[in-house]
Amino acid sequence: MEFINTLFFGIYPYIATGIFFLGSLLRYDREQYSWKTGSSQMLSSKNFRIANVLFHVGIIMILLGHFAGLVLPWEIWHALGISLPAKQLIAMGVGGFFGVLCFIGLTMLVKRRLFDPRIRANSSKMDTVILLLIYLQLIVGLVTIVISSGHMDGAVMYNLMSWSRYLLTFRPVEAVEFISSVHPVYKFHVALGITLFVLFPFSRLVHIWSIPVQYVRRSYQIVRQKA
Amino acid sequence: MSHFLDRLQFFKKHQESFSGGHGVTTDENRGWEDGYRRRWQHDKIVRSTHGVNCTGSCSWKIYVKDGLVTWETQQTDYPRTRPDLPNHEPRGCPRGASYSWYIYSANRLKYPKVRKRLVKLWRAAKQQHNDPVEAWASIVENPEKAKEYKQQRGLGGFVRADWREVNEIIAAANVYTVKTYGPDRVTGFSPIPAMSMVSYAAGARYLSLIGGNCLSFYDWYCDLPPASPQIWGEQTDVPESADWYNSNYIMCWGSNVPQTRTPDAHFLTEVRYKGTKVVAITPDYSEVAKLTDQWLAPKQGTDAALAMAFGHVILKEFHVQNPSEYFTDYVRRYTDFPVLVMLEKGEDGHLHQGRFLRASDLNDNLGQPNNPEWKTIAINQADDALVSPTGSVGYRWGEKGKWNIKQTDGKTGDDVTLRLSLKDCHDKIADVAFPYFGGAEHEFGYFQNTQHDDIIQRKVPAREITLNDGTKVLVATVFDLTLANYGVDNGYDDPNVASSYDQDIPYTPAWQEQITGVAKEDVIKIAREFATNADKTRGRSMIIVGAGMNHWYHMDMNYRGLINMLMMCGCIGQSGGGWAHYVGQEKLRPQTGWQPLAFGLDWQRPPRHMNGTSFFYNHSSQWRYEKLEMTEVVSPLANKEKWSGSIIDFNSRAERMGWLPSAPQLGTNPLQLCKDAEAAGMEPQDYAVQQLKSGELNFACLEPENPQNFPRNMFIWRSNLLGSSGKGHEYMLRHLLGTKHGLMGKDLGESGGKKPQDIKWEDNAAEGKIDLLVTLDFRMSTTCLYSDIVLPTATWYEKDDLNTSDMHPFIHPLSAAVDPVWESRSDWDIFKGIAKQFSETAKGHLGVEKDLVTVPILHDTPAEMAQPFGIQSWWKGECDLIPGKTAPNMVVVERDYPNTYARFTSVGPLLEKLGNGGKGINWNTEKEVQFLGQLNQVHHKDGVNKGRPKIESAIDAAEVILSLAPETNGQVAVKAWAALSDITGIDHTHLAKPKEEEKIRFRDVQAQPRKIISSPTWSGLEDEHVSYNAGYTNVHELIPWRTITGRQQFYQDHEWMRDFGETMCLYKPPINLKTVKPIMNKQPNGNTEIALNWITPHQKWGIHSTYSDNLLMLTLSRGGPIVWISEPDAQRAGIVDNDWIEVFNVNGAIAARAVVSQRVPEGMSMMYHAQERIVNVPGSEVTKTRGGIHNSVTRAVMKPTHMIGGYAQQAYGFNYYGTVGCNRDEFVIVRKMSKIDWLDEDSKDEDINKAEG
Repeated sequence: MEFINTLFFGIYPYIATGIFFLGSLLRYDREQYSWKTGSSQMLSSKNFRIANVLFHVGIIMILLGHFAGLVLPWEIWHALGISLPAKQLIAMGVGGFFGVLCFIGLTMLVKRRLFDPRIRANSSKMDTVILLLIYLQLIVGLVTIVISSGHMDGAVMYNLMSWSRYLLTFRPVEAVEFISSVHPVYKFHVALGITLFVLFPFSRLVHIWSIPVQYVRRSYQIVRQKA
Repeated sequence: MSHFLDRLQFFKKHQESFSGGHGVTTDENRGWEDGYRRRWQHDKIVRSTHGVNCTGSCSWKIYVKDGLVTWETQQTDYPRTRPDLPNHEPRGCPRGASYSWYIYSANRLKYPKVRKRLVKLWRAAKQQHNDPVEAWASIVENPEKAKEYKQQRGLGGFVRADWREVNEIIAAANVYTVKTYGPDRVTGFSPIPAMSMVSYAAGARYLSLIGGNCLSFYDWYCDLPPASPQIWGEQTDVPESADWYNSNYIMCWGSNVPQTRTPDAHFLTEVRYKGTKVVAITPDYSEVAKLTDQWLAPKQGTDAALAMAFGHVILKEFHVQNPSEYFTDYVRRYTDFPVLVMLEKGEDGHLHQGRFLRASDLNDNLGQPNNPEWKTIAINQADDALVSPTGSVGYRWGEKGKWNIKQTDGKTGDDVTLRLSLKDCHDKIADVAFPYFGGAEHEFGYFQNTQHDDIIQRKVPAREITLNDGTKVLVATVFDLTLANYGVDNGYDDPNVASSYDQDIPYTPAWQEQITGVAKEDVIKIAREFATNADKTRGRSMIIVGAGMNHWYHMDMNYRGLINMLMMCGCIGQSGGGWAHYVGQEKLRPQTGWQPLAFGLDWQRPPRHMNGTSFFYNHSSQWRYEKLEMTEVVSPLANKEKWSGSIIDFNSRAERMGWLPSAPQLGTNPLQLCKDAEAAGMEPQDYAVQQLKSGELNFACLEPENPQNFPRNMFIWRSNLLGSSGKGHEYMLRHLLGTKHGLMGKDLGESGGKKPQDIKWEDNAAEGKIDLLVTLDFRMSTTCLYSDIVLPTATWYEKDDLNTSDMHPFIHPLSAAVDPVWESRSDWDIFKGIAKQFSETAKGHLGVEKDLVTVPILHDTPAEMAQPFGIQSWWKGECDLIPGKTAPNMVVVERDYPNTYARFTSVGPLLEKLGNGGKGINWNTEKEVQFLGQLNQVHHKDGVNKGRPKIESAIDAAEVILSLAPETNGQVAVKAWAALSDITGIDHTHLAKPKEEEKIRFRDVQAQPRKIISSPTWSGLEDEHVSYNAGYTNVHELIPWRTITGRQQFYQDHEWMRDFGETMCLYKPPINLKTVKPIMNKQPNGNTEIALNWITPHQKWGIHSTYSDNLLMLTLSRGGPIVWISEPDAQRAGIVDNDWIEVFNVNGAIAARAVVSQRVPEGMSMMYHAQERIVNVPGSEVTKTRGGIHNSVTRAVMKPTHMIGGYAQQAYGFNYYGTVGCNRDEFVIVRKMSKIDWLDEDSKDEDINKAEG
């Protein structure tokens, strides 16, 4: 058991991170024409816009929430006067709300991906796999809210926050200790999350790197000079 | 170096803004652009073209990269024309530019394929029989087995096979059929040799060597205008498009030039800058209507009425009131206007227009011992004597030096000036009867009729002469008869002719207005302009005409109407003038070099040729459904009892009288017939005559439902017969192929109709007459889907071949830019492979065999003078059966079956022995054969072809054509002109002498298109001073037209022409095909049904069916079959644009989308022809099967006047004369579909699922 914990939560995250960064870099340099969202809107646009927006709004907010919870030091929350139980409550509430939005959107997208014959015929294996994995991860994430409601003191959350904090500061042995006692559902959620990072460079998820924020303030026309 | 690192240069980023910050210049990496640059890089460019029967014949650059064809662009290196004439380039269109899509598309045929049911039977049979011929026999002789695979045709189930196996099946089927039923039970169909002549020759050479039939196509496509042979004795000869630029007045009459002659259209727009007026005459608002100065819109099918009114104005103003000096001189010299016609008192008391007076009618044959029956007579103005002017067909054969139109008396050689009119020197003003057809009411009242009697008496000045038998007869000139026919007043106080254009008398401008809808003022104005221009410019008025008008049952009238205008105005044979009929890439320029290769004339003569229309009408059993009575269409002056038979009866009579060819020929195996003759100790010809006379042997055409006479094996190559030109598509599916069909009509047995008189009727109609249908194509066309074996052929970028057109004077190649991909092979290699396998398989079954070939009486041979007077049936005892005179000629041909391959791949000895030639002239060609031996090298191995020049590759074959043809070999051209000079008595060799040393080789045309050399095969010249123009050498070299009179003929005097009232041109309304009423409102679906006329013009987004399944072209249109209808009709039927509609009649049904457009006049529905039915076609509600092609609602209906033979210009020639497959008189029911069924469920037949699964 201890070995498995060490493997999945102490070693695997570093391997995953390596694959994530190196894989993204290589793909960006070697496979420019594959660096795309792979949108299938052209093939079937029925209910697509609403599903797509629900999913993306939900998932972006959830990712921001995970960043706030797992990466930002808990001292910041403390300084803002937010206690651990309060933070857990906020996480469950906000996460739950966007989780449901995301779930609705993603359910529609999964249905479309699997049952629309044109979309299905044009999907790669990875398109389907990554979508189903995200769907699974979302459902598991929603289940953790139910479990969390059984212990509102924020202790489990503290453990998880500490795990990531120790990992990020390269203290894996201690990190594993923090996580070894949490409910298996949390562990499964974490392990699956790390796996998504592994698959990231091999899937359409790479488009996240190219999030077009600069479009907000770029010039209308961009002309490149001769080399 | 690294895209990622490049992006990290945040601090070094150099940006300059411009336009107030709206734009910014950056120095980001531009490496991504190389991706696009690489897209347009290539390793080589190869010259090729598209063999697609569009007449474009455009030279293209084919780009190849990494061994793949990437794209194509237009070549721009045509030889220059001359100052003050635009060059030919650019030639090409978006259709051609999309061709490379096919090569690697999913629709490309990559492997030989065979119907699974058939190959299973074959493999099982091969287990039991070692001999493939016996294996094949075990399948086709078992009715259950035969039906099992035949009824699967068109329903999928192809499997991949290898070349060895398919060649063995084909060879076995051919050997079995030749041996059991006869070589004339093997048939091939391939159209338009000009588009890829070596590929055509490949199949035709194989078939001709084994004795199979080659079917004609030009007549079947209805592109052959019978008016042309009738008037000129010429199939079709037309000006090149550059000659449009020499014209000063152009009518585009039913020809949509920018759409269907895209690469040539620039000459039409360019000449307008010179001030040339261009008039469009089309029923719909077509692309050409937009381009021109004035648009006339006669109702479709009534063009002859308009042409008659134009002619009325021209005759009245330019020949009677104020005669044009030029016109008068022209018609006197170059037309039959001065020729005398006998006026015969009929039993009805009327004076009929009879036949031409002949020298043989007169005392002492008017001093003409040679062919006096074929020498026509006129009156010399100087001494008022009857003369036989030189040039008539009688002078062509049996004597030399007098077949010319120099205006001389054939007897004395003195110059003559022929009298045009007898007005000033007549004996009598005769009342001559003229039939009138415009009074017939139309079934739906759509075509307007007028209230005139069906016989109109008009006054004609006549002279009484005494014949050699003492009888007196009235004669009149064609000119006087023509004036009367057109209703032009010539001062005889005739109440039946018009003194004013406003009178409602046929054929005035006011009369035509009721029929065509064109304002009479427009008719008068345009006729005047047209003729005034021709008068001032000596004939530079031109009419460009397209297929549309030729597809009506009475197409001859449409065409003769406008050709008459051109002849009256002296436009034929003059630069910038004339009849520009562009339909079908009919100009196979090096024809006489190609014929020996294609039809194996170097080894054995004659080949078996068959007219396509009669073949398909007969063998797809369309005659079993024939509802058109001949009595409905013959003249009111004709004896109706003579015309009580069905169309097929007249066709069979034409075959037996030697007018038309037959396939199969006799009701027995001709190989067996020769053996029987030998056993009886007789010559095969004598034996056959004896058997035919005794009635023991019959022509096959009399028993088309007898299995002995089925067309057992068929090859189709370079054609999509069933997806494009198959008039009576559903009849073909049912009877020829024996598979699922949408035919809804009842045959004459079921409906109790009047059955044919001569043809044996069987109550049970034969289905599945063809045992093996083999199709060669590069794409999975509709025809392929219905075939038993599909052979993948090389595309136009993967083979070596030659291409010519009537639109420009160049010969240029198709070249292999890449090797044929996957397992495809060129047509030449495919037929070579089949020939090889056939030679193997034949051993033990067929050896050296004698074959009796029947040959119809051919035009341009002395036999064309076979039947000068009257029609006699030998089988009724009206005359003796004399082969080549009263019946087809019969010739014994020796075939060496095991040496078919050896013969196929070498030039045979008959060329040295019999010479080469065409169109009635012959020359010695020993030198050229010797040269070919040096160029292609000779066979060294022992065998029948030892020492003979090789024809191994397609390039070898091309060199055979180029070496033998006068058009591509200057020394042959000089020989050919010299041979003609002998007959005309005029030296023509000056036309080729300057080019005597010019020789065009295959590699020459690969380097650049080459202009061909003038030859007597054609009536125009290719030289530095004039553009190619048809009839040019007739007018300028005084070579007669190949007609009875030797002149262009306003008048047709054959008995059947007289019975049809077509001695002269007149207006005949569309006929009633009776295909709508039996089915209208019988299977309601809740939507309104309306009956519309069915028009099927050429495409915008394809060339025939090619490109209509090409995704690039489908994207430009609506992605599947469409039918255009007018706004009022759409409203009436509750149809809005893009609705799914169904179009049907008793012939079958079509499912397509509606295009509702102002372009279309009310009452017309228009479907661009040959839209492939393999893309986006749902099921039909009435037939319960998938919607068909445009021909699913049509059927061929033949006209007996096109069967005429043995009569000078009205004698048979392959693709020259014969029945044509018209289809535009058809009406269809159009209604909105209520349920769209894609029929894409699995078959419910368990057995099929298992068998196909």
